[in-house]
Amino acid sequence: MSRRTPRALVGGAPQETFTFRFDDREIPAAAGQTVAAALWGAGVLAWRTTRGTGEPRGVFCGIGQCFDCLVTVDGAPNRRACLVPARPGGLVTSQEGTGHDDLAV
Amino acid sequence: MPNRHSPDVVIIGAGVVGAACAYYAARSGLTVAVVDRGPVAGGTTGAGEGNLLVSDKEAGPELDLALLSTRLWRELSAALPPETEYEPKGGVVVASDEPALKALRSFAEDQRAAGVTAAEIPADRLAELEPHLAPGLAGGFHYPQDAQVQPAQAAARLLAASGAALHLGEEVTAVLRGPSGAVRGVRTARRELLAPAVVNAAGTWGGEVARLAGAHLPVLPRRGFVLVTEPLPRVVRHKVYAADYIADVASGSAALQSSAVVEGTPGGPVLIGATRERVGFDRSLSTEALRRLAAQAAALFPVLAGVQVLRAYHGFRPYLPDHLPAIGADPRVPGLLHACGHEGAGIGLAPATGVLVAAALTGAEPPLDPAPFRPERDYGPADPVPPQEQQS
Repeated sequence: MSRRTPRALVGGAPQETFTFRFDDREIPAAAGQTVAAALWGAGVLAWRTTRGTGEPRGVFCGIGQCFDCLVTVDGAPNRRACLVPARPGGLVTSQEGTGHDDLAV
Repeated sequence: MPNRHSPDVVIIGAGVVGAACAYYAARSGLTVAVVDRGPVAGGTTGAGEGNLLVSDKEAGPELDLALLSTRLWRELSAALPPETEYEPKGGVVVASDEPALKALRSFAEDQRAAGVTAAEIPADRLAELEPHLAPGLAGGFHYPQDAQVQPAQAAARLLAASGAALHLGEEVTAVLRGPSGAVRGVRTARRELLAPAVVNAAGTWGGEVARLAGAHLPVLPRRGFVLVTEPLPRVVRHKVYAADYIADVASGSAALQSSAVVEGTPGGPVLIGATRERVGFDRSLSTEALRRLAAQAAALFPVLAGVQVLRAYHGFRPYLPDHLPAIGADPRVPGLLHACGHEGAGIGLAPATGVLVAAALTGAEPPLDPAPFRPERDYGPADPVPPQEQQS
């Protein structure tokens, strides 16, 4: 296998693989991977809708600066998927708008 | 020499007060130039929350100015584009105990006599106005005249509507005066702007501009922090604050004072203001100020304890020792006018200030008595000066 992935370049191998729940499906992930990386690996590119017009959003900057990749992790909304590590058995939920609609008065 | 491009008036300051002066001067038929060393709303305007409050002002000249401004903002909201985010949302002032409620009642009584609408809300009906308010409050008052704008947008849209020539990023280095001492314009690094009238709308830096013109105005900075939460649906409907805020506004103390004023915004974030402290132009972050604001906001609205704060910003209110702005012609320097020193109320008081300045420029009858705002008045004894201000 000569794919020049970063991991292949350093001869690395995943220490541990597991799955977490994303809405109604199981997503495979490796230890150290972020939620965003695992979702991308599974072909999921959008997991949030904007609060104004409901446009789909996923990763934009990928380095924690732009806050575009917000998602609900284990019930807490507005986590940055590009920074939060995937966790075995974790629950990631796609987010609508602010993620706080339950507080509206 | 003035040429055909010379304006009738040069306004120093592209904050909301300068913008309102430009707007009403232009509507009076004058040609206007606005000059600022920074961008539009680059000073205190851009560091504000956009409060248009009558509720926090005791009966007197500042309240009269605020009531006139309330009417003018309503007119402006129809004339300016929707980005101004004018929201006539009303204010709710709450009292935590019976003595505070009694004080609030007598405060509101005097305000009513001056033309303010204020309705007492018993404790068991507060939740109808604000469902997320903490239980156990003694009661409160509803002030339907309180409103809100997005301050930087308000300044920018007023300036655009004024048609004034804008010179941004140009610091005024001299106020030009003729042989008789009368003002004849200003100089920047790039140009001379000749005009028979110059308006000092430099906000917290109005004392420096006054000095350039050979006048004295004791404007001092009073620092304030604002917390910005993550975007939320509407969780707070009004401007909501505790009665202690009124005492903080009226105080001249140098020490850190805080009483949370909480409001939602059309953009989603909830804004939590407003600390007050006299520390000169010190821009360093005060974690103590932020901690107190957050705790007080969560005490008013427990739901906010579970919400993330994204950032904080701060600015410097232009503070005059008697807590009134300086508005109108300065008899010590013919051609010089002032429109500064509005402390934390500049967004709200801007339109009435603009109308008074336009009246002073054209000789028109002012809509209210401008005497309490005379720039050359006796400001009384200055408050004790904190060490940071003595150094500069």
